[in-house]
This record gives sequence, structure tokens and C-alpha cells, in this order.
Amino acid sequence: MDPRKISTGDIAKTVVELIGRASFTLPAAVNESLIRLEENEEDGIGRDTLRVLLENAEIARAERLPLCQDCGSVIVFLSVGQDVKLDGALLEDAVNGAVADAYGMFNLRKSMVGDPLRRKNTGTNAPAFIHTEIVGGDRVAVTVYLKGGGSENMSSLRMFRPTDSAEDIIDYVVGAVEAAGPNPCPPVFLGIGIGGTADAAVINSKKAVIRGGRHHDPFYADLEERIGERLARTNIGPLGYGGRSTAAGVYIMEAPCHIATLPVAVNINCHSLRYMSAVI
Amino acid sequence: MTGEWRKITAPLGDGDVEAIRSGDLFLLSGTLYTARDKAHERISGIVRSGGEMPFDARGQIIYYTGPSPAPPGRPIGSAGPTTSYRMDPFTGVMLGLGVKGMIGKGGRDEKTRRLLAEFRAVYFSTFAGAGAYLGKRIREASVVAFEDLGPEAVYRLAVEDFPLIAINDIYGGDLYESALRKRG
Repeated sequence: MDPRKISTGDIAKTVVELIGRASFTLPAAVNESLIRLEENEEDGIGRDTLRVLLENAEIARAERLPLCQDCGSVIVFLSVGQDVKLDGALLEDAVNGAVADAYGMFNLRKSMVGDPLRRKNTGTNAPAFIHTEIVGGDRVAVTVYLKGGGSENMSSLRMFRPTDSAEDIIDYVVGAVEAAGPNPCPPVFLGIGIGGTADAAVINSKKAVIRGGRHHDPFYADLEERIGERLARTNIGPLGYGGRSTAAGVYIMEAPCHIATLPVAVNINCHSLRYMSAVI
Repeated sequence: MTGEWRKITAPLGDGDVEAIRSGDLFLLSGTLYTARDKAHERISGIVRSGGEMPFDARGQIIYYTGPSPAPPGRPIGSAGPTTSYRMDPFTGVMLGLGVKGMIGKGGRDEKTRRLLAEFRAVYFSTFAGAGAYLGKRIREASVVAFEDLGPEAVYRLAVEDFPLIAINDIYGGDLYESALRKRG
């Protein structure tokens, strides 16, 4: 079978479009999670805060203003079918060009520095963090995930003993959210990577948070629910002002690991969980 | 809104500061100056070297924000608060210049909270992650210093009914800690 030709220019166009949609519009599932929290929140200022966040989403969508002034680092997940032949500019250059175009054309804040210590702003919000995997088929799936710096600063990784219990992991995850307190803009969406190597766990914690829904495995679904329930009792609440709405979603992604290891990574995302996907 | 939101104007005087209690809700009108990480670092350098400040900070409120670019026809883009602990090392310098209020998100360190009482100043938060909502309450924006820093430049903002939640007052009150004491 001849490979299907896809131009990296088309991938770039898709990235531009997805950045635009993600910057101004909350995914429906995210908006619904916030509505559900608002309906159940009993704390006065907590409920008021959730209403403002929902109003903010409405203003952003209607007036095409960024949901948050921190328009994020751009994380791009690409699943490339192995029956695809990519044409045109180098994939990485095409994606980074798309980021620069989108951040200019949509009046988004450019938050990337080119060097971590010398810290000069690149002026384009490029480069993106691109994760490419080869999958079956002849299509390219693109997901753009915009991550703010304030919540990214609250990320955490811990290497557990293989004999540590699920309870120990719950304590650690809850502790990480408690330590972060109001800083990452709760109610937070939590991505948790369990297993793999240290680096795999961290990347899985990023993939997990944009998964949505409950885990397909009842064992992990139960773990997700228990973590959410524990977080509700902290009374951190919306933006840390108090209330039960501390977590809007808890999502675990597990992976096989070495007999000696049990890495657990926590990706804390703010209430403004911004991602969009498309398939070419 | 269910809480009682009181009108307040900036700049602030000592009397305003003394009347503020942790947990109070305000709608602020008047002037704000923005500054975040790099601007604080530069102001600190100016003070250390005895240079001239680009604006008179006495009585002013500093807003920790790096706004998104203004779309055509608007004074500013989205402009919510950034995380405040990163500015904790500079609190002494800023309050020494006469700053009376700071707006950000998240808790402050113990030294900052002590300095608030000593210099009689207040730490506020606002609706973090509601940049579009807050941007619409900013009527004017102009760069007053460090234009090369882009979103990290110091802007003078004219705001109207800008919502503020008092976190730390001069009496040791802390809204975030009060919330955690009510844990179930």
C-alpha cells in the first residue's frame, strides 16, 4: 500500500487552529465540571468564585479574549500513523512556526524564554514541547495542551518503594495539592502518572489530565474517586478561599515499571484546563 | 455575588489600610501599577544603586500581573494575577518605597506577613485565572517602565470596580489559613 501523504504545512495549520480554540474556549467537559462544582458548592465565596470563573469563560469565548493572561507553554502530542509519509518542512519547524504565528495573530502572551538561566524571551512563545509517537493507520492525531507557569511550578515527582501501598500514594498526592494550596488556581485538574520510569511518569501525568472521564479500570477509578474525596475535605476550595471544590477532576495513567521502582508524578493543572484535539 | 463588596479607591492611605480586615471584599477604582518577577528585580537594583525610581510608589497598589497583548480597540488583553510567593524576596524593598497594597494569588511567606504589619500594608488577591473578566475592568493601560520586558514591563492601569479579596491584613489575619482551619 502506498503511504498517505500529509504535508507538515497542514499539521501547522491544524496547530494554529487548535491554539486559537484552546486559548478562548474551555473544552465542554471542563466547563461542565465547573458547572457541577458550582451547583454543589456550599461555601459562599467559593460559589461566587466559581460563578466568576464560568463568567470569565463566557467572556473569553464571546469576545475572543484569552481565558488567562498566562497563555501557557505549548505542549503538542502528535500520534503519527506509520502508513503516513510526511511532506514539506521539518515537522518540528512546522509546529514551532505554527506556535509563533498563532501567538502573534491571536494576541496571546509570549511566555517562553530561550535559555533557562539567561532568560531572554523568544518573543514568539516557541519552541513548543512536542511529543511524537508512531501509531497504526494513515492519520495524524494532534492535541494541543496549553500549560500555565503557576500551576506547572506545583508539579511533583516521587520515587516510591515497590512495597508502598496505594494509601501511601494517595497521601502523597493529597499532600502535593495541599502544599500547593491556592497557588495553582484551584479547583485543579490533577494528572497522575504511576509507574514507568521517572520521565515516563511525568509525561503520563501530562497525558492523563487531558484524558477526561473515569478510568476504565475499576481499581484506578476507585483510586481517583478516593483522591477527589480526600481533596474535598481539605477545604482549600476555589482559589483557596474555602469550600469543597478543590479538585475538578482526578485522572491516573499507569504504566509497567521495574521490580525495584514505583514512580509517581503529579501534574497540577489550574481550573482553566486548555486543550483541543483534531485528526488529519 | 453574595458577599458584601465595598467600594474603595487607590492610592491607599493609612486610614484605609487600618480599616481592612482579612476576608473583606472590595471593588477598587483608581490607579494600579503592575510588576512581576523581572520588574521587581530591576526596581530592587535601582534602590540598591541609589537610582531614580520610574514612578512614585507612595500609597500605590502593585498588581502582580503580566497581561496579554491588547487586541485592536482595547486598552489591554487578559490580566489576572500571577503567583505571589515569587515576589516575596522583594517585599521589604517595595514596602520601603511606600507601597500600601499588593495584589496577587497564593500565600505569602512569614517575612512578608510580618513586614505588612510593620509597614502597614495589605495583601489582596483577586479572581485568578479570570483574566478576561478582570481585563474588562481595566479602562486604561500605559507602560511606565522597562518596556523591553514586554508583558513583564511596569504598566500604569486605571481600573473600575476591580474585585479584591483581602488575604493578609496588618493584624495578622490570613484568609487562606482561615479556610484551612475549617477542614472537614
